[in-house]
Amino acid sequence: MSSTLTLPRVDRRSFLKVTALAGGGFMLATYLDPLDVLAQGRGGNAPPLEPNAFISIDSNGIATIIAKNPEIGQGVKVMLPMLIAEELDVEWKDVRIQQGDLNPAKYGGQSAGGSTATPNNWVPMRQMGGAARHMLIAAAAQAWGVPAAEITTTPGRLVHAGSNRSAGYGEFASAAAKMPAPVLAELKLKDAKDYRIIGKPIPGVDNFKLVTGAPLFGSDVKVPGMLYAVYQRCPVIGGKAISANLDAIKAMPGVKHAFIVPESHGGGSMSGVAVVADSWWYAENARKKLEVTWDNGITASDSSAAFSTRAAQLAKEAPHSTSRTDGDVDAALASAAKVVEASYEYPFLAHAPMEPPNATAIFNAANGTLEMWAGTQQPGGVVNTMATALGIKPENITVHLPRMGGSFGRRLYNDYVVETAVIAKTVGAPVQLRWSREDEMRQEVFRPAGYHTLKGGVDAAGQLVAWRNHFVTFSVAGAPTTNAQGQPQAPRLAGSATLNPTEFPARFVPNFAIHQSLMPLGVTTGAHRAPGACAISFVMQSFIDELAHAAGKDPVQFRLDLMARTPIAIQGGGGFNAERMTGVLKMVAEKSGWGKRTLPAGTGMGVAFHFSHSGYVAEVAEVNVDAQKRIKVNKVWVASDIGRHVINPLNAESQVHSAVIDGMSQLMLELTVDGGKVAQANFDSYPILRLRQAPTAIEAHFLTSDNNPTGLGEPPLPPVLPAITNAIFAATGTRVRSLPLSKHGFSWR
Amino acid sequence: MPVTFTVNGKSTTVDVPAEMPLLWVLRDVLSLHGTKYGCGTGQCGACTVHLRGRAVRSCQTPVSNVAGAAVVTIEGLSPDGSHPLQKAWQELDVPECGYCQAGQIMAAAALLAARPKPTDSDIDAAMNTNLCRCGTYIRIRQGIHQAVRTGAEELAPSAQPATATPEVAK
Repeated sequence: MSSTLTLPRVDRRSFLKVTALAGGGFMLATYLDPLDVLAQGRGGNAPPLEPNAFISIDSNGIATIIAKNPEIGQGVKVMLPMLIAEELDVEWKDVRIQQGDLNPAKYGGQSAGGSTATPNNWVPMRQMGGAARHMLIAAAAQAWGVPAAEITTTPGRLVHAGSNRSAGYGEFASAAAKMPAPVLAELKLKDAKDYRIIGKPIPGVDNFKLVTGAPLFGSDVKVPGMLYAVYQRCPVIGGKAISANLDAIKAMPGVKHAFIVPESHGGGSMSGVAVVADSWWYAENARKKLEVTWDNGITASDSSAAFSTRAAQLAKEAPHSTSRTDGDVDAALASAAKVVEASYEYPFLAHAPMEPPNATAIFNAANGTLEMWAGTQQPGGVVNTMATALGIKPENITVHLPRMGGSFGRRLYNDYVVETAVIAKTVGAPVQLRWSREDEMRQEVFRPAGYHTLKGGVDAAGQLVAWRNHFVTFSVAGAPTTNAQGQPQAPRLAGSATLNPTEFPARFVPNFAIHQSLMPLGVTTGAHRAPGACAISFVMQSFIDELAHAAGKDPVQFRLDLMARTPIAIQGGGGFNAERMTGVLKMVAEKSGWGKRTLPAGTGMGVAFHFSHSGYVAEVAEVNVDAQKRIKVNKVWVASDIGRHVINPLNAESQVHSAVIDGMSQLMLELTVDGGKVAQANFDSYPILRLRQAPTAIEAHFLTSDNNPTGLGEPPLPPVLPAITNAIFAATGTRVRSLPLSKHGFSWR
Repeated sequence: MPVTFTVNGKSTTVDVPAEMPLLWVLRDVLSLHGTKYGCGTGQCGACTVHLRGRAVRSCQTPVSNVAGAAVVTIEGLSPDGSHPLQKAWQELDVPECGYCQAGQIMAAAALLAARPKPTDSDIDAAMNTNLCRCGTYIRIRQGIHQAVRTGAEELAPSAQPATATPEVAK
C-alpha cells in the first residue's frame, strides 16, 4: 500500500525521504548516509533505511510530529516539535507529539545535555517543517495547474488566491508524498514577524498524563512476566564483590535470583550483587540481609576532609602547571593600591533526581535481541557497550526513551542501563532494575569539589589590574601515566573539574594568571547541571565582588567598567561577549531597582553574572538574614540573553525558576566522602530546597539579541549562587568563601 | 496475608505480607503507577495518597493499616482529570519533569479539602514536605490559588461543566 521515494542527498550527510501512508498522508524523513553512520561507529552495520517519520500528516490534516530528544523536564518534547510545526504552518491544536525511540540514523543526534537542543536544532527542525510545507504546495500546484509560487498557506490550509481555491493539508498529504523533496538549504523559511507558534506560551505535552497519574516514566514501565531487581554495589565506590550469602538471600520471600556480577561491563557499570524478585519491595527487603565480601579498590583512600587539607597545602606550594598568563601579575600586585587575598572552596554534590536511575530490559537469548526502556540523557552512547556486554549485535538492540523524573546530568552516565541489560540476560526474564534513593546518592557521579586561592589588586582609580588564581582540582586516580607509545603523559583531569583559561574575568584583566595543581581522585566525577560553571561562578563572581568593595565601587558599576575594556582576543574568535553581558547586567539592575531602593536592616542585594552554554545571564538576589543567621531569599531577578527568540516563554520561565531553586539547593548541600564511602544517603542528610524556603517571586526577563536562539536549561543556574552570597555580604558583612552555607551557621528560614 | 480495601472506589483484595508498604502494593501489585517512589523514608512526598480522606505517605503505610479503608490515588482524584488542581496544574504548566507532581496534587487536594481557602502560610505549611527537585514551587503556590478561584466558580450555579480534554496537543 505504501510507496516510497528516496531522494537525492541534500547535504553531506542527510537524505530526505518521503513515504506515502496507507489511507492517505505522508511521512517525511531525513536519513544519515549509512556510510557516514558506519564511519562514525554508530553501529556495526549500516542501519536499514526505514521511514523516518519526523512528520506524518493524515487525511484529516492532523500532523504527528516526532520528539526525538529525551525529556528530562527541560521541555524539549514541546520545543522541537514547535520548530517543525511553525514552518509546516499548522495550528498547534492539530499537532500530536510522539516520543521517538533511539535511532540516530533516522533522527540525527538524540541527547539531553549541555543546553544544546536549541542551538543544534534551531535550523534543521524548521527546515524539516518547511520541506513538508514545500511538498504540500507542490502537490497542490500540480493538481490545480498553477505555479507553486502562487500558492500560499494559512495554518493547515493551501490557498490559491488567483483562482479562489483552497484545501486542507490532509487532502494533499498523499499527493505530497510523490513530490520531489526540496534542497533543505535552499528553503525559504518564515520571516520571524510571521511566527504563530515560536514565541508563544505552550504548556507541556504530557501535562494531562502527569496530573492524572498515567504511566510515562521509566519506572512506570511494566511488561508481561517482568521481575524487579536491586543491585548492591560496593559501599566503597568502585569496589568489587567477591562473595555473598546468596543461598540465604534466594530463600527469602519473593526472591527469584541472587547472583554476583564480578566485573564491570563498561559504560561506568560496576561489579555488584543482583537480587531479583516478584516485587521491588521483596528485592529491597532481601538486599538488607545481604552479607558481601568486597574488594574495596582504589577509592578507599578518598576523603573529603583530607582533600580539603591537602588542597590548602598545595595552594602554598609551587603550582603543578599554569594554564594562562597575561602581563606581569607580581609587578601589578606590588604596585596595586589595594590587594585582596582569599581562598574559596566548594564541595562534591549529588544530582539527586526525584526519580532514581532505573531501566527495563527484555533479553531474548533465542535471537540475540535486547529491548530496553531507559530514561537516559545519552541513549546513543550505550548501545555498543550493551552489545559488547551481552555478545549481541548493536542493530539487535532497541531503546525506548521514556520520560525521566529529572536528571540534572546524572543520566548522562549509563551505568545503570548496562547493569540492567546484564541482569536481564542472566535471569532470562524481563527485568526492571530500580535504584533506591540510597543507591542513587551513594553511587553518584560527583560534581567535583574545588579549591581556589586568589589574589587580586585594584589601582588607585578602583580598576582591577591584577588577578591570580591557584586552582587545586582533581586528576583521575589510576589513569595511565604513559601513552600508547610509552611516553609520559599529563595526568587525566577528573570529569568536569576544569577551569577554562578564558573564564571571565580572563582577557579583561591585563595582568592575569591561572595556575593549577592536582590531587588524584578515585571516585567518578562528571557533569552536573551547568557543569563547571555551577561551581566556578560562585568563586569568580564572589571574588569580583570582594574586589569591587575593596575598590569602593558599586558592584554593578565595577563589573560594567571591567567589561568596558577591550578584551585580549581569543585565537579564532568567539568566547565571552562583553556587549551581551553588559546588556543583561544593565537590564537586571534596572528591573531590580539596584541602588535605588532603601532596604530594611538585615536585608541586602547581591549581583552576579555568568556566561555558560552560550547563554548570558545576570541575576540580582534580595536576601534577608536574621540574628540567628537564618536566610530568607525574598526575590531573585534574572535577565537572560539567549538570542533572537525565546521559543516557548512558558517553559523558559520554568527553566529560570528551576535554575534559581536548584542553585539555592546547592548553597546548602554537600556530598562528603570518607574512606571512599558517601556519608549522605537520603534527603534528611541531603536537604534539597523545600517550598517554604523558595523565594516569593523569581522574575524572568529576556533581552533579545541578534543571535540564533540558544538553550536555557543551564545558563541561569550559575549566577544565582554568588548573587545570594554577595547579598548575604551586603546584608551582614559576612563574606561566604566556602560552601555549603551551613558550615558557617547559616540556615534557610 | 489477604488485605481488602478500596482503591479509587473499587474494592480490592491483595495477598501480600502485612508489612508491605502501600506504595509497592499500588505500584507493583495493582499496577497503579501514578504514585511515585522518591525516598522510601517519608521525606519527599512523591508517594502521597489519600487514606480515609487524609494525605499519607504510602511508602510509610503498611498495607495492613489500610484494611477496610478507602484509598484514593492520583488516578482516582477525579474521573477525568477535572479536579480544579489538575486543571490549574495544566493551565499554569506547573510540571517540569513532573515526577513529584502526583504527590504535590494529592497533598494540595487534602489541604483544600480541609481548608478550602488556604492562606499563603497554610500552603507553605501543607506543601513544605513535598519535595520538587525541578523547583516548581512558585507555580505550585500559584496553582493552588488558581484552583481555589476556579473551584469556587465551578460550584457557583452559573458555572459551565468542566471539559475533560485539555487544549494541548497530546
